[in-house]
Amino acid sequence: MFKKILIANRGEIACRVMKTANLMGIKTVAVYSDADKDALHVRMADEAVHIGASPSSESYLVKERIIQACKDTGAEAVHPGYGFLSENSAFCEALEAQGIAFIGPAPLAINSMGDKITSKRLAEQAGVNVIPGYTDVVRDADHAVEIASGIGYPVMLKASAGGGGKGMRVAWNDADCRDGFERATNEARSSFGDERVFIEKFIEEPRHIEIQVMADTHGNIIYLGERECSIQRRHQKVIEEAPSPFLDEATRKAMGEQAVQLARAVEYRSAGTVEFIVDAKRNFYFLEMNTRLQVEHPVTECITGQDLVELMIRVANGEALPLKQEDVKLTGWAMEARVYAEDPFRNFLPSIGRLVYYRPPEGEGVRVDTGVFEGGEVSMYYDPMIAKLVTYGEDRLCAVKKMQQALDDYYIQGVQHNISFLNALMVHPRFLEGRLTTNFIAEEYPDGFDSSHVPKDDPAKYIVITACVHRSHTDRASRLSGQLPGYERKHSEAWVVTIDDVSHAVNVWPIEDGYKVEFEGRHFKVVTDWDIREPLLNCTINGEYASFQVERIGIWYHLSHRGAETKAVVMTPRAAELHAKMPEKVIPDMSKFLLSPMPGLLVKLSVAEGQEVKAGQELAVIEAMKMENVMRASHDAIVHHIPTRVGASLTVDQVIMEFE
Amino acid sequence: MQKILQRLEEQRTAARLGGGQKRIDSQHAKGKLTARERVELFLDPDSFEEWDMFVEHDCTEFGMDKQKIPGDGVVTGYGTVGGRPIFVFSQDFTVFGGSLSKNHAAKICKIMDHAIKVGVPVVGLNDSGGARIQEGVDSLAGYADVFQRNVMASGVVPQISMIMGPCAGGAVYSPSMTDFIFMVRDTSYMFVTGPEVVKTVTHEEVSAEELGGAKTHTHKSGVADLAFDNDVEALFMLRRFINFLPMNNRSKPPLWPTNDPADRKDNSLDTLVPADPNKPYDMKELILKVVDDRNFFELQKDYAANIIIGFGRMQGSTVGLVANQPMVLAGCLDIDSAKKGARFVRFCDAFNIPVITFVDVPGFLPGTSQEYGGIIKHGAKLLYAYAEATIPKITVITRKAYGGAYDVMSSKHLRGDVNLAWPSAEIAVMGPKGAVEIIFRQDMKDQQKVDLRTQEYKDRFANPFVAGARGFVDDVIMPHSTRKRICRSLAMLKDKKLENPWRKHGNIPL
Repeated sequence: MFKKILIANRGEIACRVMKTANLMGIKTVAVYSDADKDALHVRMADEAVHIGASPSSESYLVKERIIQACKDTGAEAVHPGYGFLSENSAFCEALEAQGIAFIGPAPLAINSMGDKITSKRLAEQAGVNVIPGYTDVVRDADHAVEIASGIGYPVMLKASAGGGGKGMRVAWNDADCRDGFERATNEARSSFGDERVFIEKFIEEPRHIEIQVMADTHGNIIYLGERECSIQRRHQKVIEEAPSPFLDEATRKAMGEQAVQLARAVEYRSAGTVEFIVDAKRNFYFLEMNTRLQVEHPVTECITGQDLVELMIRVANGEALPLKQEDVKLTGWAMEARVYAEDPFRNFLPSIGRLVYYRPPEGEGVRVDTGVFEGGEVSMYYDPMIAKLVTYGEDRLCAVKKMQQALDDYYIQGVQHNISFLNALMVHPRFLEGRLTTNFIAEEYPDGFDSSHVPKDDPAKYIVITACVHRSHTDRASRLSGQLPGYERKHSEAWVVTIDDVSHAVNVWPIEDGYKVEFEGRHFKVVTDWDIREPLLNCTINGEYASFQVERIGIWYHLSHRGAETKAVVMTPRAAELHAKMPEKVIPDMSKFLLSPMPGLLVKLSVAEGQEVKAGQELAVIEAMKMENVMRASHDAIVHHIPTRVGASLTVDQVIMEFE
Repeated sequence: MQKILQRLEEQRTAARLGGGQKRIDSQHAKGKLTARERVELFLDPDSFEEWDMFVEHDCTEFGMDKQKIPGDGVVTGYGTVGGRPIFVFSQDFTVFGGSLSKNHAAKICKIMDHAIKVGVPVVGLNDSGGARIQEGVDSLAGYADVFQRNVMASGVVPQISMIMGPCAGGAVYSPSMTDFIFMVRDTSYMFVTGPEVVKTVTHEEVSAEELGGAKTHTHKSGVADLAFDNDVEALFMLRRFINFLPMNNRSKPPLWPTNDPADRKDNSLDTLVPADPNKPYDMKELILKVVDDRNFFELQKDYAANIIIGFGRMQGSTVGLVANQPMVLAGCLDIDSAKKGARFVRFCDAFNIPVITFVDVPGFLPGTSQEYGGIIKHGAKLLYAYAEATIPKITVITRKAYGGAYDVMSSKHLRGDVNLAWPSAEIAVMGPKGAVEIIFRQDMKDQQKVDLRTQEYKDRFANPFVAGARGFVDDVIMPHSTRKRICRSLAMLKDKKLENPWRKHGNIPL
């Protein structure tokens, strides 16, 4: 076995690989850029090598530096993780030329599968179902329109070298097709340095279901069941689960066998994933093969009991797979949610910054794959994923329930995060029924996600918990020193809790292990050992477990529960009566301004001062996280003043333009 | 007897009704509570002991002898806040517009005299149209009587003003001499001369809100310490604020029990200071992670934000926190921040509240506006305040401590009791770039030499060791142990006794 391996990656996947390496008794070497000097993967590794500046093109993508790091540290093998150099055959060859093992497939497989056009041809030859489409490179917009009308709309334009949703556009008509071709080409160029784009039939009501395969160098190839990754937002996976709630045994077997055929056709070794699109009639079509460990591999690990990284390392070491196809048993259900530093209420714009507080959930059946820690940084240079939250239970409902709870217990402050969105998905009736398609998010949240989509738990719970929190604070206050003997602060039992402008008369009494609360004729027993300094309140309310994130700002308590944030205030009945007389504060009208919704670079101003604009018209383009974000007018207006210019780096809420 | 009791009840009823139901309704319509409602909310339930309910004015001019209302426009007395005693006066806008008469002033003076005598804080809830014009100079005399007591009480008992309505002309000078001024947004304003006079004299058109509203005084002038959305919120927060304060200059700060361990480590602080010395970070995170229960009561947060001031608790006992804020103007000192910090340090010193200072200061803000504005004297205020303070003083240098600003920020040389430095501390006369430009002027044309010299300078001075070698910092500590080290230092300093030489008073550069 290898004595030492180098992980040519960062973030959670680097940490994930190191965990297995540690278990196998293999020493680990991390590589890091300037921005990752203090990153978790650097702290976890036995050794760490600095490989360059923060942009990945100057560090994690520089093959020579990584190979040099291997030589300097004596690493015998490299695990590439996903992204970066994981599907770069030149890197793989360069390593092998130096006698360093690549923990992944051979260059041939990477090459043939890495190109979407070639891979589709190979798949077809291997007897795998493929989607109708044009597999050659599209020359220009006219050519794109010509091909598209041949296939029939809707069509999908895709970057040949693409992945991760970048450089993909759906077109429903000729105009879309022209526009989509330009954008796909531009994004393909900026993201992959390869502007080639191809076109295929766009399948409606599709599900994304993928098969995990694993092959050794002795001709053994197995499939480890499927993962359903239909919950995607703009082609980025959000929720993944295994098994799929949709597949029957026959389809699973058919898909698995086709995946194995394809792997065999390209002499595959190591872990790989064959992605399929499955339509409503369970017809499945080959989408692409990812010749690497997938982000969502943990769900497969949960239901198969296998450690995919361990298998990859063993295969790279020349060992035969320790299990045969008939040994693969799928047990239980696993669910994965990708926790991102992005603001779901601002069209999922990425958020960067310091993780001022970061407390991931823990517990039986909860796995958190993360590359960050409290006090760490979500950097602008890389993917803003904070963690993968995985739950495992005996069935789908059980995994979902655990996920709901784990999301609730996830405490993140400092950057915006998508937990409330993930929560909304986890309680969505259609999701619970398993009626998924890759359009789920677009269909359920057609105008984006906003606070009205956040499902609220029983309002009584918020009232009860607010009352307990307040009682806890007044208890503490009553122990202040220096009180006049005989005139100490007295406890009141009767309070008024005001939430969302509605007041509720509440009585609260402390009991030995928590509080007793009564309101509107209902009785609640809250068992908790919460202390006012804790941001997370875990309790049972009448025996049912719940958790709330609590913050006191001024006289208000801000409670977060099930992704919903509520503001509440507790007063004596008399104070509440007077408080009700206080006028509402008018929030200043900001509709006269176009504000930057994120930090980023202003790459284009589409209008000029004095120009009339129509609702929906493009005003400006901001580049952040390598994505072009088009700012559009929310209403008809006249541009009065533009205080910034192209090339300016913008902060959140910076005024880009002012309307009349 | 029965008749007396009946008359008493009548007078009480009249006093409670103030200026009458119509005026009470009008007060409510403006989004304001009445003087009595405010006292009721501010104090613990049923704790108010009212004095001088039957006091009336004795003015006879302009038909005033026919208009008498018991209480004469101000409600005074004492009660408890959180079980601790407090004196309070609350001006009643429904009675003669809350205007100040001789007897109105006398009522305020009476409780202030008592407060000084018994060592109990005074809170004023201000809502007054100004002087009782009908009384003429009697009213002015009344103001001055209050001013004199404000000065006598200063440094003896804490004095707090809550501006809950108009406060104009001479009336502003009583709050201005109290320790803290809070305001209510949209319903309160303070100015020496109102918008009409301003227009006549300077031809400036300005609204009362713009001239002296809560936003103006919390953002621009720094006159007010905090602003709140409405009367109820303001009074609740005032109660919370008072819980931090000692009763008087002879007592210790109160103890607020906590379960927060004194030796709590916070590893995330180890990455608070960014590797790049020019990259800012939020000093408030350090404060919140060091104090008990993440509970920090910040004052003047929107004014001179390059310095942070406020109260927190360590092991239950109140401390004052002063910190440079690298997020604003790189944390440098300027006129406004020096004044803001100085007044706060002096309050803490007067009332035996230990001061913890977090230092990341690149120096004083350069420029003509600062020099013409008198940064020399204003900057000296903070220096003076720290130097004269005899309370426990603990200083933690997190990053830059450059030049004169290093000396100012509670340095060892100003009798800092415990001065600690993080490993990222750089204690030097100036940053590497500036220093190299001066020391190695002859090498400035050769970039290679400049880089070499800069590195030499960094190696020599951009660290805590030079200061450590001289005992100017007592120890270099890991950021994660900051709370533990401060708690231990405070425990060690509990009975600190230090006296300045006797004098009538020092002469702080005002």
